[in-house]
Amino acid sequence: MSWVTKTLSSTLGRKLIMALTGLFLILFLTGHVSGNLLLFKGDGGEAFNIYAKFMTTNPAVKLLSYVTYISVIGHVIYSIILTQVNKSSRPVGYAKSNASKSSSTASRNMGILGTIILIFLVIHMQSFWYQMHWGEVPFVTYDGEQYKDLFSIVTFAFQNELMVAGYVVAMAFLSFHLSHGFASAFQTLGLNHKKYTPAIEVLGRIYSILVPILFASMPIYIYFTSQS
Amino acid sequence: MKLTLKIWRQKNASDKGGFATYPVDGISTDMSFLEMLDVLNEGLTEKGEDPVHFDHDCREGICGMCSLYINGNPHGPLQTTTCQLHMRSFSDGETITIEPWRAKAFPVVKDLVVNRSAFDRIIQAGGYVSVNTGGVPDANEIPIPKTIADEAFDAATCIGCGACVAACKNASAMLFTSAKISQLAMLPQGKVERKTRAEKMIAQMDAEGFGACTNTGACAAECPKGISLTNIARMNREYFSAVVSSDNM
Amino acid sequence: MILDSKIPAGPLEEKWTKHKFNSKLVNPANKRKYDVIVVGTGLAGASAAASLAELGYNVKAFCFQDSPRRAHSIAAQGGINAAKNYQNDGDSIFRLFYDTIKGGDYRSREANVYRLAQVSVNIIDQCVAQGVPFAREYGGLLANRSFGGAQVSRTFYARGQTGQQLLLGAYSALSRQVANGKVKLFPRTEMMDLVTIDGHARGIVTRNLITGAIETHAAHAVLLCTGGYGNVFFLSTNAMGSNVTAAWRAHKKGALFANPCFTQIHPTCIPVSGDHQSKLTLMSESLRNDGRVWVPKTVETAEKLRKKQIKPADIKEEDRDYFLERKYPSFGNLVPRDVASRNAKYVCDEGRGVNETGEAVFLDFRDAIARDSEDTIRARYGNLFDMYQQITGENPYKTPMMIYPAVHYTMGGLWVDYNLMTNIPGLYALGEANFSDHGANRLGASALMQGLADGYFVVPYTIGDYLAQTPPKKVDDSHPAFAEAVDKVKGGINQLLNIKGSKTVDHFHKRLGKIMWNECGMARTAEGLKEAKKAIKALKKEFWSDVKVLGENEELNQSLEKANRVADFIELGELMIDDALNRNESCGGHFREEYQTPEGEALRDDENYAYVAAWKFMGENQEEELVKEPLEFENVKLTQRSYK
Repeated sequence: MSWVTKTLSSTLGRKLIMALTGLFLILFLTGHVSGNLLLFKGDGGEAFNIYAKFMTTNPAVKLLSYVTYISVIGHVIYSIILTQVNKSSRPVGYAKSNASKSSSTASRNMGILGTIILIFLVIHMQSFWYQMHWGEVPFVTYDGEQYKDLFSIVTFAFQNELMVAGYVVAMAFLSFHLSHGFASAFQTLGLNHKKYTPAIEVLGRIYSILVPILFASMPIYIYFTSQS
Repeated sequence: MKLTLKIWRQKNASDKGGFATYPVDGISTDMSFLEMLDVLNEGLTEKGEDPVHFDHDCREGICGMCSLYINGNPHGPLQTTTCQLHMRSFSDGETITIEPWRAKAFPVVKDLVVNRSAFDRIIQAGGYVSVNTGGVPDANEIPIPKTIADEAFDAATCIGCGACVAACKNASAMLFTSAKISQLAMLPQGKVERKTRAEKMIAQMDAEGFGACTNTGACAAECPKGISLTNIARMNREYFSAVVSSDNM
Repeated sequence: MILDSKIPAGPLEEKWTKHKFNSKLVNPANKRKYDVIVVGTGLAGASAAASLAELGYNVKAFCFQDSPRRAHSIAAQGGINAAKNYQNDGDSIFRLFYDTIKGGDYRSREANVYRLAQVSVNIIDQCVAQGVPFAREYGGLLANRSFGGAQVSRTFYARGQTGQQLLLGAYSALSRQVANGKVKLFPRTEMMDLVTIDGHARGIVTRNLITGAIETHAAHAVLLCTGGYGNVFFLSTNAMGSNVTAAWRAHKKGALFANPCFTQIHPTCIPVSGDHQSKLTLMSESLRNDGRVWVPKTVETAEKLRKKQIKPADIKEEDRDYFLERKYPSFGNLVPRDVASRNAKYVCDEGRGVNETGEAVFLDFRDAIARDSEDTIRARYGNLFDMYQQITGENPYKTPMMIYPAVHYTMGGLWVDYNLMTNIPGLYALGEANFSDHGANRLGASALMQGLADGYFVVPYTIGDYLAQTPPKKVDDSHPAFAEAVDKVKGGINQLLNIKGSKTVDHFHKRLGKIMWNECGMARTAEGLKEAKKAIKALKKEFWSDVKVLGENEELNQSLEKANRVADFIELGELMIDDALNRNESCGGHFREEYQTPEGEALRDDENYAYVAAWKFMGENQEEELVKEPLEFENVKLTQRSYK
């Protein structure tokens, strides 16, 4: 075994992958939420559709999107491997456990939270990403150039109460996942310092609340604005 | 005080084991938890029943021999060792569940006694400075900043009881391993071998079958000596920088 | 029988250097042909095992705990002395030597103690090199404090956990040799007997505590680093498992036991709270710097306190007896350990004890808090106050602490010569297990020093001299001596299991402890000792006919482990009483009420008792024979202690 594979198959190496992919996904989420804020512009989706085209055609963004796909897959695969290792480390469990005394619920349930988020992700990508790439999307023309009208797909999707509710609930899970994952990734990378760690923790808390709220507000906004 | 004890009984490593329930009476609030078990055992012996086996030695909170998972927490409700836990922390009539540490790397030997030799093997993998007796420089030859010495000391106070493993949902030994790696990585004497030490100790930790860390923080919150999570971060740093820069292939 | 202490000739300062030069050496290539057994993995055992393995010997290390790191050296709090003179305050090797000899009330060997002081400086260097995080000053150099009434600051420390840090240092050195394959580790294994062949120690018989297997281990030399025997008193500050079995079984194989009655009693322990008590916890002596020791003046008031009808604060100033300040106006609460302990016992014997059991005195910080503020006191003793509160449930800032003396250390042990070898060739005793350096009383912060000195810096030299004269032929455990020892051990275990009596092992241990504590504890009388001897003989008989040990040998059986140990404690107790009866003087920890100065101080008899009392086992239920090793003092003048 070379030193690379040896490292990546150690518990710490696997954690390193979890942390790096996790942090990259946090970066991705930041970009994703910022871009999607264009939904609030109230211009009938023009800015949003232009942005969507840019995101699917720009070569640099494309490259980044591949990194994102790899990160998602890596994050999932390594979490499965680690969960298996962790489960096998305690073949006989405790009859009585009072774990809430010493750790947060989110931190103990990252796997479950992650699984729910993954299910959401599949539905989400099916609804929009797949449609955008291979689905039948109507075209609109701005300044003589043709664009796929993703905005109409989005507004149509969020006419459905169930869809909106599902998105809001999924964002709650994302929030819990991030509330532990954000600072945890820094800890795993060994980026712990008494000067900066408290700031990272505060930032993590803000991020884990703000980003999911912004995401969740989009379907709600669309649901109410397109109803009226 | 009158109590009901629900205790894990297991004759030996190959026995399946199960819970047995014992009532105890006449328990004083001044007793330590282990003294309460002494009372139970004296009673069991008089009745001709096999006493409950549990590990204990110094009974002053420093040897790390006592263990016990009490009512869902290692060393019970307080952040201390079981020998320093007193019955005033419980109320009359309470049912107390007592289990052994649970981890693949800590197999049960009998009743509440587990085998923690995995910890010894982690230390043997590199938890030392390779100096022979004699021929060392004067103790004051290398000044060490007080803050560094104090921080190294804090890491070095680990008593090796295994509460971190017992508390962790993944039965991870990262807090234990990181405490030793940290202590030696901070001191100039330990810096010489820091890379190889980190690589070897972590390899051994994995080989023993401990789980990975998910940063829940339960280990530090339950550690009777208050070993900090910063040690785990330091260990991770040590390891990552070691694997990319050491000469070990 | 004449004991040869093998003290080298020549001036004190040159003895050790010359002796090292004159000792024979084992050729480096031959070292791997020698096997050495080390029993016990505390400071002495771990340091010896590691150092001998580094030299190239094949070492087998044994401990009854689940890991060598748990040996009771780990519990030492205060610090370790060394004559480094880093503080430029006038310390020197000779001063450390002098303080130790005088502190031991002139009942130890000059040459041994001088060597101890000499190698003390190397210990600190060694520990720092291992990564032991000693306390440091802001400039980065090592910090020192004064300890145990020494007039210089020579104590190195790691907060209140010096023993832990030093042991973990030695344990790491040991672990390194385990990894190198030079030490084979046997945890959860108890030594049950010594095997001698042609008068030489050649191996041991052990019991695997998990499986009960009785096993033999052969070697060219055996080192007993098995600690002290304070648990003969049942209640002590020792760990629950600390025992005398290894040393006692070696004694029964011919090794002399020296000064068994020399035990140290520490005045500031947390008192016994009831019959359930299993062990006592020490609190640093430094508490006496600010706390005032008192009991009520009358038995009636004390009675009310015991029944909790009144609180300590209800007792008026004029009804309090600050007995140490009253009896020793100049030293007050800071009298030495033995004096403070004895006086606490006296007032409690009068019925003026203050807790429910009647065996406690107050250590009151009320005046210190009023004088210096609670914050100042918290800064000084916060951790001790917290520990006290955790154990007793009382807040010592609000109500006075209660303290009582407890057995803490045993100065006596197996007799050894200058090479730390017992009178059985090839059998060594190191650390608290031997008798050699502390005389009748040990100074604070000297136990750690001696354990490490013996293991790191003495035995690695002296064992070579013996092994060089021993052929490197493998010792074979098929020799009939091994089978014989195994049979005896198995016989003893079967006997214990087959008594099937009615009383538990702890029942006997507690009774033994009471006898020893009352009659062979802080103050002893010929009359009391004679009674105690009768009581112990009767107890021994009862033990062997009525003890109840459940289960079988072939399993983890903690009752059986205890039974084996208590059987030996009972026999040792009897010998301690013989020794205390024989020593018609008071010295250090041994206080015979018949021998005291008019002020109530220990009265030594240097003319008749300046000797080491070494006892020879003469057979089961036979009186032991006393062998004397006279002590000669060429470099210090013998003086009488006084705290007037």
